[in-house]
Amino acid sequence: MGLELYLDLLSQPCRAVFIFAKKNGIPFQLRTVQLLKGQNCSKEFLQINSLQRVPVLKDGDFILTESSAILIYLSCKYQVADHWYPSDLQTRSQIQEYLGWHAYNIRSIFGVTLWVRVLAPLIGIQVPEEKVNRNRTYMDHALQQLESKFLGDKPFLVGQQVSLADLMLLEELIQPVAVGYDVFVGRPRLAAWRGRIEAFLDTELWQEAHGPIFNILEQMAKKTLPVPPPETQKNMLFRISKIP
Amino acid sequence: MGLELYLDLLSQPCRAVYIFAKKNGIPFQLRTVELLKGQHLSDAFVQVNPLKKVPALKDGDFILTESVAILLYLTHKYKVPEHWYPQDLQTRARVDEYLAWQHTTLRRNCLRALWHKVMLPNFLGEQVSPKTLEDTVAELDVTLQLLEDKFLQNKDFIVGPHISLADLVAITELMHPMGAGCQVFQSRPKLAAWRQRIEAAVGKDLFQEAHEVILKVKNTPPADPTIKQKLMPGVLAMIQ
Ligand SMILES: N[C@@H](CCC(=O)N[C@@H](CS)C(=O)NCC(=O)O)C(=O)O
Ligand SMILES: N[C@@H](CCC(=O)N[C@@H](CS)C(=O)NCC(=O)O)C(=O)O
Repeated sequence: MGLELYLDLLSQPCRAVFIFAKKNGIPFQLRTVQLLKGQNCSKEFLQINSLQRVPVLKDGDFILTESSAILIYLSCKYQVADHWYPSDLQTRSQIQEYLGWHAYNIRSIFGVTLWVRVLAPLIGIQVPEEKVNRNRTYMDHALQQLESKFLGDKPFLVGQQVSLADLMLLEELIQPVAVGYDVFVGRPRLAAWRGRIEAFLDTELWQEAHGPIFNILEQMAKKTLPVPPPETQKNMLFRISKIP
Repeated sequence: MGLELYLDLLSQPCRAVYIFAKKNGIPFQLRTVELLKGQHLSDAFVQVNPLKKVPALKDGDFILTESVAILLYLTHKYKVPEHWYPQDLQTRARVDEYLAWQHTTLRRNCLRALWHKVMLPNFLGEQVSPKTLEDTVAELDVTLQLLEDKFLQNKDFIVGPHISLADLVAITELMHPMGAGCQVFQSRPKLAAWRQRIEAAVGKDLFQEAHEVILKVKNTPPADPTIKQKLMPGVLAMIQ
């Protein structure tokens, strides 16, 4: 069995992996795991990842979780173009530096918007205004640090070309955009950076990867989103209670 | 100017970097940044890291923050023994997997355990509700179980028979709740045995030296009001 990727394109790290594999012509079997249907809690998937999370890579017997580890694995195994994960020590270290910061300061913050606008209402919950506002403050603060410390005046996060760090970041930022909170408005430098990545990816791939997330508000309005099973709703409630 | 490391051994990622550099005989100038005195907020340090965090590395003109990035940089630059970050693609990916996983799980929970249990009440004079403390300890417990079941399993070290960066980053985290008086190893013989193996691998003396500060952290005298005011915003953001 060749390479398999377990993904849900509503998830930002999954989209990063999906785009990366497609753009680099890496052949894989897509195994869709619909989180809203609770498919990550199924017995089959538990065998794959006991943490019940996507993305997951399966390469023969080898199973790997964590999007950044997956991207690095794919970069090395398929010898993709050097700019994704540059061999130059200092540049590569800067990617790692970004990923370390990202894990704590971007990853846990921007996804909250989807919970506020879609996932919580889907199970009849309203995230308190106070938490929503706090989340916006966190996002603003993170974006400020991002622009001043990481992006600066460079075309991409670590220099002249796109890297896996850019992809990880972009997908996190798409999450609020898709639910109507456009973080690029009023941030011309960041918007220009997004434009450069979009131009680099083909339109078709862009649409394929973002179709589900960009349609989510419409699906919600039309009430065509799946109703999560009880077990999933329980997990969702817990997750919502943890929004700071 | 050679390699400079900006560290405070109170910080768990700093301890990982310190042990790694010492163990591998990497020559460096130690630049101590005392967090409890607010030295990370000084103008001089902000020049090094505008994000006001330790650890930070300076190698000539090159400045690098984030412990994982620093450890990997040192690994490549100084040609340390291979077991720290194995050549084999899949073993290496396991190290990367752990290093990515720990940020918002083990690291976060160990940090919160220390601050909720000891530093907020003792040092900053801020009471923490019993409910918050209980939740923090419970979350830490869940994460420790994951460390054991998903990452360590029945192996000697996280990625196999030899110590790697993953073990070093993990153990320096666990010593944080230890400093707070949580007996993380007591009812976990597997983790306890693993700790012994790590201590043996890096050397007991070095391990002890690196953890002296955290294991005495309970004796920290209360902060004076100016320091408290200076540190509070950073602390709250960090343990949110
Ligand atoms: N740090 C992980 C995060 C993985 C993650 O949080 N996945 C989410 C979707 S974005 C998930 O599977 N959630 C399901 C659940 O937690 O039940 C990565 O980057 O791969
Ligand atoms: N993810 C970073 C974390 C760095 C970090 O949070 N350092 C803490 C000490 S453990 C710090 O400098 N805190 C000072 C503050 O936030 O005000 C790493 O691994 O290096």
